[in-house]
Amino acid sequence: MMGAGQLVLDNVSCRRGGRLLFDGLSYCLCQGDAARITGANGVGKSSLLRLIAGLLMPESGTINKVGRLALANDAGFLDPQAPLAKALAFLAGLDGATSNAIQNALSALGIAHLTMVPVRILSTGQKKRAVLSMVVASDADIWLLDEPANGLDAESLGFLEAAIAKHRAAGGIVVVASHQDMALPGAEHIMLGPV
Amino acid sequence: MRIFSALVLRDLRLAMSGGAALPILFFLLVAMLYPFGVGPDGETLEKTGGGVLWMAALLAALLPVDRLIAPDAENGVFDQLAVRGVGDEIIASAKILAHWISFGPPLMIAAIPAAGLLRLNGAELIRLELGLLIGTPGLAALTVIVAGITAGLRSTGALAGLLMLPLAVPLLIFGAGSLGDPGGSALKLLGACSLLLCAIAPFATGASIRAMRD
Repeated sequence: MMGAGQLVLDNVSCRRGGRLLFDGLSYCLCQGDAARITGANGVGKSSLLRLIAGLLMPESGTINKVGRLALANDAGFLDPQAPLAKALAFLAGLDGATSNAIQNALSALGIAHLTMVPVRILSTGQKKRAVLSMVVASDADIWLLDEPANGLDAESLGFLEAAIAKHRAAGGIVVVASHQDMALPGAEHIMLGPV
Repeated sequence: MRIFSALVLRDLRLAMSGGAALPILFFLLVAMLYPFGVGPDGETLEKTGGGVLWMAALLAALLPVDRLIAPDAENGVFDQLAVRGVGDEIIASAKILAHWISFGPPLMIAAIPAAGLLRLNGAELIRLELGLLIGTPGLAALTVIVAGITAGLRSTGALAGLLMLPLAVPLLIFGAGSLGDPGGSALKLLGACSLLLCAIAPFATGASIRAMRD
């Protein structure tokens, strides 16, 4: 089960393609905390998530992570030819998720009935829910969600909010980059703007 | 280790559904067409056939170059693996092993009918098989290196050929050379080239995967 996750950003700045996106970001998230990143297109929301995920190096500053991470971004990594259950099995298997956990996660996001459907004929929202269910099944301490509400209908958004609340109640940390309004009670607000 | 085998199995599955038979068909096609090109004179075929099969093996290894690294980089699989703390060199090693399994042993089987078509005798066939066993891991490593370097570029096929073929020349020289060398020193040099490529490839490919992330 989840341990004591922690995420500390200390004076982090990010430069991409020679352009300074943001600098001097300092935040500390502990068990049960959430942060919500907002800002205009291209201001560096996804870059910040990628920095936290360790996929990019910060220009300066340090990022300290305790606990396992899970990143939900584009659904491109799901093999379009494979049925949903199979497409999820590879990465979920690396997370050590049991088929039971995957099934529960799919139910939590309301797509348990789609396991045999090939990924290529799923809708945008259904793919998004599949990616989110992988995060739910991963049992990671820190969830990084990039535009998780994109393409979701009202009902699925409710599923997502419930899943996030459950994760936080169990001591998990959530960082969401999103334009859309979502219920994230007590979340830290990280507003990125042009430097 | 569990992660490594999961990666290899996944790549093998993708190879099976993504046309793993093509390199083998290509190899056999060359063996079939060559006698039409140079004529059915048995002596000529016997003298040159082994070298032709080595060239065919080299080009066959290059065929899947555009599906080895580029798709996983584009659709974010490497990102997902990195988030899970899987090292880029581990990913690269798994790719090399999976690529070798998908074309090395099948090529060695295809070499048997191909040797018949080019009138190689039993002793030559054994030397060819031994050479392929030693040389194809090097070819697989080289292909994955080139796949990593060219991932993200357009029309990779031609560029990959230009990059890979000069580096593959030592394998070709010693591979084809081993056919007429009963002493076995060409095989040893072939093994040296192959080992060198296999040793460099995980790091070279890992570095390309890292560079693509930014």
